[in-house]
Order: sequence, then C-alpha cells, then structure tokens
Amino acid sequence: MTASVEATLRSGVEVRLEDLRRRYAGVTALDGLSLTMAPGELVCLLGPSGCGKTTALRLLAGLEEADGGRVLIGGEDVTNVPANKREIGMVFQAYSLFPHMTAMQNVAFGMQLHKVGPAERRKRAGDMLELVGLSAHAHKYASQLSGGQQQRVALARALAIEPKVLLLDEPLSALDARVRARLRDEIRRVQLEVGTTTLFVTHDQEEALAIADRVGVMNAGRIEQLGPPTTIYSRPATPFVAEFVGLTNRLPGVVKGGEVEVRGTRLPLVKPDSADGEAIALVRPEAVTLASDGDMMPGPLVGTVIATVFLGATSRVTVDLGDITVLAQLPTSDAVALTAGTRVRLSLRKDPVLIARDEKASAEA
Amino acid sequence: MSRSRRAKLQVFRVVTFVLLGAFFLGPIWFMFEFSTRGIGENSPRTLDAWKAIGTYPDLVAGIVASLQLAVITSIGVLVVLVPTMVWVRLRLPRLRRVIESISLLPLTIPAIVLVVGFSPMYQWMGTNFSDSILTLSLAYAILVLPYAYRALDAGLAAIDVKTLSEAARSLGADWFTVMLRVIVPNISSALLNAGLLSVALVLGEYTIANNLLYPNLQVEIVSLARTNAGVSIAVAVASLLFAFLLLVALSFVGGQRGGRRRNRERLVQTFARDFSGGTR
Repeated sequence: MTASVEATLRSGVEVRLEDLRRRYAGVTALDGLSLTMAPGELVCLLGPSGCGKTTALRLLAGLEEADGGRVLIGGEDVTNVPANKREIGMVFQAYSLFPHMTAMQNVAFGMQLHKVGPAERRKRAGDMLELVGLSAHAHKYASQLSGGQQQRVALARALAIEPKVLLLDEPLSALDARVRARLRDEIRRVQLEVGTTTLFVTHDQEEALAIADRVGVMNAGRIEQLGPPTTIYSRPATPFVAEFVGLTNRLPGVVKGGEVEVRGTRLPLVKPDSADGEAIALVRPEAVTLASDGDMMPGPLVGTVIATVFLGATSRVTVDLGDITVLAQLPTSDAVALTAGTRVRLSLRKDPVLIARDEKASAEA
Repeated sequence: MSRSRRAKLQVFRVVTFVLLGAFFLGPIWFMFEFSTRGIGENSPRTLDAWKAIGTYPDLVAGIVASLQLAVITSIGVLVVLVPTMVWVRLRLPRLRRVIESISLLPLTIPAIVLVVGFSPMYQWMGTNFSDSILTLSLAYAILVLPYAYRALDAGLAAIDVKTLSEAARSLGADWFTVMLRVIVPNISSALLNAGLLSVALVLGEYTIANNLLYPNLQVEIVSLARTNAGVSIAVAVASLLFAFLLLVALSFVGGQRGGRRRNRERLVQTFARDFSGGTR
C-alpha cells in the first residue's frame, strides 16, 4: 500500500440508524429501521425490490430526508446535515462518472472540493487509481472505459475524499456475471485495506453472502434478520429469510409436539413452541438426499427425476413426487446417474426447520 | 436495397435539395440583385447601398440594439431555464409536463396577441421603471422560451442528471458547483443550440417591437424601406445571411455532437469486445 493510500486509511467510525421512517405518497418504504454498524465493518442490506434498502442508504447519504428517526455517524447526529457535508463516499448503481472528465479528474474532483492542494491531489488520485488497478487508464474518459472499469474509478473517487462511511448502492448490478464476481472480490479487498465502515445494498443474495461481515435481510421496510452470512443461510430467523436467501422446498406437513411430520418423516423445529396444526416445512435442497437403488415401491418419498441441472461441483435434481416437486442439491458425482425418468427415494436430513403456515388452510379455518 | 432503387433515391435527394435551395436562396439572390442596382436603366452594378448602411444613425442604433437584445435574451433565458429544468428533473418530476406545456405555450399564441398582453405592462414599465429598448428582452425571453426549452430538454435527456448531481453532492459539491462544474459542461452543445436559436429569433423579430414602438433592427429596415429601398434591402440581406450563418454554426455543432456520440458508441463496442475477449 502506498503512503498516500495509507494516509487515506482511517479507522472506521460507528454508524447508527435509529428508528428510521420514510413514506412515499402513502407507501411505507422504511418502517422504523434500526441498524448499528461497527467501525470498519461491511454490512450488506439484502432484500427484494421495494423493501426499503436503497431508501435506507439514501437516508444515510443525506440524499433524502427521513420522516422520523436519527442518523449518527461517529456518534454525531447528522440527520439534518446536507449530503455534501456528511463526508460520505458513494458508488451508484448507474454509471456516475462525470463524462467530461478523465478518470484522474473524476477521482481528483472531490479532493478539489475538499481543498486538497494540486500536487497532493494528483498524487492521491494516482494512488487511488493504482489501488483499483486502473493506473493505465488514468487519462481516459468514462466513454472509453468498460462498465467494470467505470465502477472501479467510481470506487476510487469515493475513497479519495477519505470518507467516514462508504455507501455502495448495487454497484455491480449493471455488470455481467464474470466481471461482477471479480469486482465484488476487489471491492472487499479495497474495503479491508482502507478499513472504511461500509454499507452495501444489493438484491443479489450470493453477492451479499460473499462480501459482508453481516447481512441484514430486509422486508417491508424493516430488517427481518441481521447476522453473519453463515447464520443467515443456515439458521434463518423467519420464513421470509429462509425463502429469500437460498432455495427452499415448501413441503406440506403437520406440526405436533415441537416437531413437524413431512411425508412420514419427523423433523425438529427451529421454534419448538410453534402451535400444532397444518404447516409448510421449509427444507433446504441440500438437506434432501436421494437414493436410486433398493426398494422403489410407491411411497410418500418415492418419485421420478424430471430434471438435473449441472452447477459445477454440485448438481440440482428436481424430483416429482406426484403431488409436489422437490429440489435436491447433491455432489455432481452422486447426481451423474440421476437422469430424467430415474426412480429415486428421498430422505430428509433431520436439521431443525422453519415452518410457514399454510395460507390455504388458514383461510379455510 | 437494389442499385437502381439507390440511384433513384439519390436523384430524388439531389432534385429536392436543388428545388429547396432555389426556393430559399432565390429570394435572397433577387434581394442582393436589387440592392446592387445602379440608378438609371443601364447603370453598372454598384455596392453603394451596402456602403451607405453605416451612414444611417437610426439603422446603426437598431442593429446595435438588436444585437444587445439577442445577447441579453439568450443569457437571461439560459440563466432562468437551466436551473429550473434541472430542479424540476431532480425534485419535482411530476411538474415536468406542466413546465413543458407552459414553456411551449408561446408557440401557440400569435405575436400580435402577445403584444396585446405586453402592452399595459410596457406602458407601466415605461412610466415607472425604464423605457429603454433593452426592456424588450423580457418579451423576447417569452418568445424564445419554446425553442430554448426544446434544445435544453434534449441536452438534459442525454445525461443522467440525477445520478451525476447526487455523485457530485456526495463528493462535497454544493448546488452551485453541481450546476457549474457538472451539469453545464455536459449540456454545452444544448446550451449553444438554445443560445443560437434565441439570437436568430431576436434578430428577426418585428411584430412585438413595432407594436410596442421600439426601433429594433427589423423596424428600422421597414422604416428605411420608405426612403431608401436599396439600403433597406441590403441590410435585410445582411441580417438574413447573419442568421443563416448562425444556423449553419448550429447544425455544425449538432453534427459534432452526432459525431461524438458515434465515437462513443464505437468505443463502447470496442470495449465490449475487449471485455468478452478476457480483459478486465
């Protein structure tokens, strides 16, 4: 790391969003969102379109005003501070480089506004471009850079002003898959290097799980669950989180005595105090195993393979059980023989599962 | 497209170009011919009428006033319109249609009707504020509004105003800096288009100035026509050529913009190809 980048490195600050509320024309975008980010932490807000994640980021940036709640950066209440005085660096979903400036001028722009001298400005802009691996493109205009390169310049530009907080608003969504994965790793590397507290907003679960220290899954203006990626995936707190993060089989069953019985198999519940009655068990595809030998007499967990999708090291197999289809994720070596039409017997691993109440049954009740 | 069809299309283009060129340039040529006639039936060609232009103080004053009005109107319209249009795009997008309708309204109102509306205002201004001909720039600002609006709207539509201004704000820019250093440089062609259109319109305006009794260039040309038709026509040809040159400059600017856009598209294609070929 160069001296100038080291100078940019600052110990991150704590960021707190307290009970943020925002409504647009009668629609609630944020419904009392609270979030505390530790210094230097990278938190991802993950959720479907319209869940309020971008609104939360824009309120933190000062680009919109909250109807209620507070924003604190480094312990200082900045709720009513305008965007240009919050010392926040931001990378946008849309390409946001100034078209009339070169990459170098773009990176130097913010420093000029912060009264950094010309020599220092040039040096630091050069170092920042080096940090994102674009020194060779310093004198190119935005129109001469690819999408991935533009977003990297935007990242360098945001970091050059030594922001207290870095905000990333779906910066990879306009890029193709290969570039996206590479740039995602690069963003994480740079963020760890400079140590800036970072909020990353995305609707891509793979992106969120890969990059974040903690992931906040949002739904209807609130954070449903906040935790490390492994916890979010393996121990989802709500049915929404279970279904939004990763693939989930919805298997009808009956809750009784702290367990749910699914097609003759009793599975423990994440929340054993759930009321008895009909419910939908949410089972991950990797908790489903398949066997194609032995007794294939008709039964509740015997079915026919209808499709096998090769995913690399693993394969996803779709099995028709007659009344429902079930997804199973297996090592590719085990799935090779499971071509369409193969009869298989399913077994469900006895991991604790979440349940969702059967809407149809509830409605009838 | 077959070769014969292409040839037919080419002939059609040339014929259309020649006919329209004759339609527009014919009158100017005959005006020029008239302005260079000598006195007497068999007199040789002379540029006396052209040389005499500077000897009519009222005419010179009209030319100066019209040029001043053109500059003031252009700058005034741009200063008012650009921030308004940017603000509406950023903060009040629902008002965009309303602003557009209001801005285009002068197109639908005949100049003589505008004069009826302006008349009491100018009477009041003449008594209480100033009777300078330069106050006409207020009326002209309304007259050129539709053209300036259209040109600027096209320029603003070509850039992502919201993202660029938010990016600049997040980097520490106040609104003045956002306008001056981010928006304006990226709509410079549109600003030039709007400015040139405004100048051309103001230089050719007659109805409002004449009816409000302000002697601008066109009013002086008509007035002079009663005493010296040759000089009057010479000035008319000169002002037409000036406006024509402005419009050529405008189309040149437009052509450059198109060229830049093509360059940009070509570059995007190049990089897309590089990218798929394994560069970063």
